[in-house]
Amino acid sequence: MGDYILLAVSCIFVNNILLIQYLGNCPFLGVSKKMETATGMAMAVVFVLVLAGTITWIVDHMLLKTFGVEYLRTLAFILVIASLVQFVELFLKKSIPALYAGLGIFLPLITTNCAVMGVCLINIKEEYSFLQAIIASLSYAIGFGLALILFAGVRERILLARVPKPLQDTSIGLVGAGMMSLAFFAFKGMV
Amino acid sequence: MAKTVVQEFTKGLWAEIPPFRLVLGLCPTLAVTKTVENGVGMGIATTFVLVCSNILISLLRNVIPKNVRIACFIVVIATFVIVVELVMQAFAYPLFLKLGIFIPLIVVNCIVLGRAEAFAAKNGVVSSFADGLGIGIGFTLSLTALSIFREVLGSGTFTVPITSVSIPLFGPSFQPFNFLIEAPGAFVCLGLMLCIMNMLGKK
Repeated sequence: MGDYILLAVSCIFVNNILLIQYLGNCPFLGVSKKMETATGMAMAVVFVLVLAGTITWIVDHMLLKTFGVEYLRTLAFILVIASLVQFVELFLKKSIPALYAGLGIFLPLITTNCAVMGVCLINIKEEYSFLQAIIASLSYAIGFGLALILFAGVRERILLARVPKPLQDTSIGLVGAGMMSLAFFAFKGMV
Repeated sequence: MAKTVVQEFTKGLWAEIPPFRLVLGLCPTLAVTKTVENGVGMGIATTFVLVCSNILISLLRNVIPKNVRIACFIVVIATFVIVVELVMQAFAYPLFLKLGIFIPLIVVNCIVLGRAEAFAAKNGVVSSFADGLGIGIGFTLSLTALSIFREVLGSGTFTVPITSVSIPLFGPSFQPFNFLIEAPGAFVCLGLMLCIMNMLGKK
């Protein structure tokens, strides 16, 4: 039990997928300008990432390893993720329209999110068991959401400050992200 | 908007250079620029995938149905990424180990899919080739610049591409600025470089 808690904590904080492992940056800078969009994206990512992490683990162990075609992993995973996102979109549209409306455009955007593909690959690289893979995916997703929402808050405050022209928008955003990353670095001493 | 082929090529080198002007492809930028060798290697790999996928998608642009085009693009791109992965495993194994999961992550690199969607699907083969090559080389230049900055100041060495020779540049009394090598430094560095590019662009 303790191992799993340790895994969860390390994925959320110590090895935060966004701030320490640099995965998932594109939407990070794109949607973090407002709190609502950031929250929407965070929810969508948690949803997709847990499912994707689980299903790609199963695909890897049941199909790729059985037939000895590990070199097709990239192709298989991205197809799984793309189809999963499509399927989740259709499913949500029919069953929970309110959630679908809330997530809006972010759901299809998650297909090209490096974080989703990255976590699936990390699960394989670290050779996690099935339960570890589920916990890792969930924790990485929570870490991503956490970083995203915190960053949206920071960015909303930056809008109120007087930033020099060349630094505006993305530049100061990146510097801000760097400071946040530095803060999360403190967690390295924790584990 | 009929640009000449040379113009398509050169726009990737400055006006639409990723990841600075064309704000895409940030994930690998931050991760692989710890040493010059990694940066250059990643840039070349991405350029290869970009050029090949642009050409193939441009050739198939009238054949692929509209509503499945993203899936088709992804399949094409993923195939070329697998090719790069295998070639690297065979001929550049140390680099393959260092770049780790970022090689398969080229398939979700927004630059590749973005150019396929925005350009290759609508233009001829030669233009797409020039566009892919220009943007790929621009990306490689950005990665090289950023990794030189980060490595020279961050660890005081310079790793020559291909040979993997790490040349210490300063004497033993040099205290490397480790902040730049780690994650926070990457973000700050990229932000500041973007700021410099903005300042140069305004002139």
